[in-house]
Amino acid sequence: MKLIKYKYSGKGFAPYLSGLKSNSYEKEFLIRFYRDMLRIRLIEEEIERRYHEDEMKSPIHLVIGQEASSVGSCGALRPEDQVYCGHRTHGIYLAKGGNLKAMMSELYCRTTGCAGSRGGSMHLFDKSVGMAGSSAIVAGAIPIATGAALKAQLTGESWIVAAFLGDAAVEEGAFWEAVNFAVLKRLPILYFCENNFFSVCSPIEVRQPENAEIYKKAESFGLKSVKVDGTNVLEVYEASRNMVEYARSGKGPAFIESVAYRWRGHGGAGDDSHTGYRDPAEVEHWQQFDPVKSYYDFLEQKNLLDGETRLAISKEIEAEVQEAFDFAINSPNPIEDDLYTHVYSD
Amino acid sequence: MPWAAALIASKETSIPSAEEGRILSYVEALNEALALALEIDPHVLVLGQGVNDPKGMFGVTTGLSAKYGNARVFDTPLSEEGMMGISTGAAMNGLRPVYLHNRPDFLLLAFNQLVTHASKIHFMDNGKTKVPMVVWSAIGRGWGSGAQHSQAIQGLLLGVPGLKIVMPSTPYDAKGLMLSAIADNNPVVIFDHRWCMRQNGVVPEGMYQVPLGRGVYRRNGRDLTLVGTSHTLEMAINAVDSLEGEGITADVIDLRTIKPLDGEIIIESLKRTGKILVVDTGWEMGGVCAEIGCLVAEKAFYDLKAPIKRIGLPDVPSPAGFTLEQFYYPNPEKIANVIREMVCKQ
Repeated sequence: MKLIKYKYSGKGFAPYLSGLKSNSYEKEFLIRFYRDMLRIRLIEEEIERRYHEDEMKSPIHLVIGQEASSVGSCGALRPEDQVYCGHRTHGIYLAKGGNLKAMMSELYCRTTGCAGSRGGSMHLFDKSVGMAGSSAIVAGAIPIATGAALKAQLTGESWIVAAFLGDAAVEEGAFWEAVNFAVLKRLPILYFCENNFFSVCSPIEVRQPENAEIYKKAESFGLKSVKVDGTNVLEVYEASRNMVEYARSGKGPAFIESVAYRWRGHGGAGDDSHTGYRDPAEVEHWQQFDPVKSYYDFLEQKNLLDGETRLAISKEIEAEVQEAFDFAINSPNPIEDDLYTHVYSD
Repeated sequence: MPWAAALIASKETSIPSAEEGRILSYVEALNEALALALEIDPHVLVLGQGVNDPKGMFGVTTGLSAKYGNARVFDTPLSEEGMMGISTGAAMNGLRPVYLHNRPDFLLLAFNQLVTHASKIHFMDNGKTKVPMVVWSAIGRGWGSGAQHSQAIQGLLLGVPGLKIVMPSTPYDAKGLMLSAIADNNPVVIFDHRWCMRQNGVVPEGMYQVPLGRGVYRRNGRDLTLVGTSHTLEMAINAVDSLEGEGITADVIDLRTIKPLDGEIIIESLKRTGKILVVDTGWEMGGVCAEIGCLVAEKAFYDLKAPIKRIGLPDVPSPAGFTLEQFYYPNPEKIANVIREMVCKQ
């Protein structure tokens, strides 16, 4: 018997098709979101395809199925805004403007990596685009992001902070400690929770009480809070834009729960539903609500994108991906002396 | 340029004479260091539970919030991990937080942020981000403090790369080391000791720094090398002075910081005396005593004329009751007895 515990509950693009909602956007703006999501998808698929070669000696956590969350949220941020996140870094790094060559080099453990091979897939840094930090400890980066927001407030910076977290991070005390302080001080920060129902293989039903919605818990702490369809890039973008505006105007911290499904296993390549912790039918169910494809269908129906343009975009990305992989593979490995640098700062 | 940055740039570590001058209490010396830092550098923050309450963290923070404002000197929620992360994020973005706890026991709640985040970020992002923060606490002893209010946990942190650990023994050093710690671009943990706070001593006015990682001789002798930090120095000096009548003299080394550890001064003295006794406020097993014992065994084994000895705490939690405490803690008599035994057994 097929068991689909977690069902898609969004409205899709219907509200945007019937009304005039999307008419206020420029065509290029809408196509850019498609391109950004497709780029993440194709990069992740190429990483996955070559992971078995065992040259990327780094634990990967693929974001396939959740691309709209990364692109829609980062689309509402300015280049100088800072983002902090957990172990699932690729989507956020790329959506925030991260350098693909530096990312691939980091996965291939080369000196040209964005962290010089100190970080790996779970720790992609690029201060020039506001990718300020990530932690492999669930909720670890959340207080740090909150501290960055404290600095922004104290010295009157124009930038704000977005802290990305998963559904399990709200089971950590550090999350509530941080948001309590953020509300207390009305800090300029957006907490963006990607609820994909699983922490590694543990479903949310064994971790959190039924019907206790995450965004409502956050709301009860005093955060301006909303829940969105995390497969719908426009819905994610619009909520993020509103919340970012709220935080930037000094009103205090905000929270978004973005619901999407993790198509792949927690870590590594491929879907692992055959191992029994979830039904393959559940994955198939969510694949009907593919954030990339559903958005393409929407754009096509609005006559904003056609198959030919899609192919051209796809070819362009594939060439970029190929170039980035070649760059990484041909980059130098660190030498022993590199190990001993930057343990302490001068 | 803020004073901390200027001092780092100049590498200035001037040490005025400590022989004569204005007398301050240990607590007044710490208070003066914090006030100076707040005065000179607008990026310095002082935070912690109770920093602006009437007791002012044993008096260490008295008057600071009134003078420098609640935005920079503030009481915090009881969220040790959260606030440690918030301090880390603030430091990563250019502030210089000094986060105070009235006991090291509370730091254990924040080890995730201190050990797994603050001390590793500079390394993990390949040296791009600095984390200039100070974490301060005061070790308790006696008067029923017991197993959860008198732990000296420096040994637990000694093996953490990226951290510095400071343990002053005099009012002069308490101020000079605090100023060095705030000026340092790394996370620095300061363990002061409640019993050191009974002292008065010469404390120069204005800015001066005591360099991190350099020990100092407090007594010069020939029969033995006695190494310690913090409150153990007072006991060690009393023990050595009490043996003068018996014709026993010893080098007494105050390490001042245990990380970086001044191995040179230890070996230099040992090469002359051939015997070493290490005294620490923490547990003997796996702690400062153990590390120094191993260092000597590795680097100066053939200079040893007697087995290495250590006096720390037994592998037992701190008891609360007065009588049990007398058996538990080192005192000058216990130290003198061990010295006598080591020197007389030629």
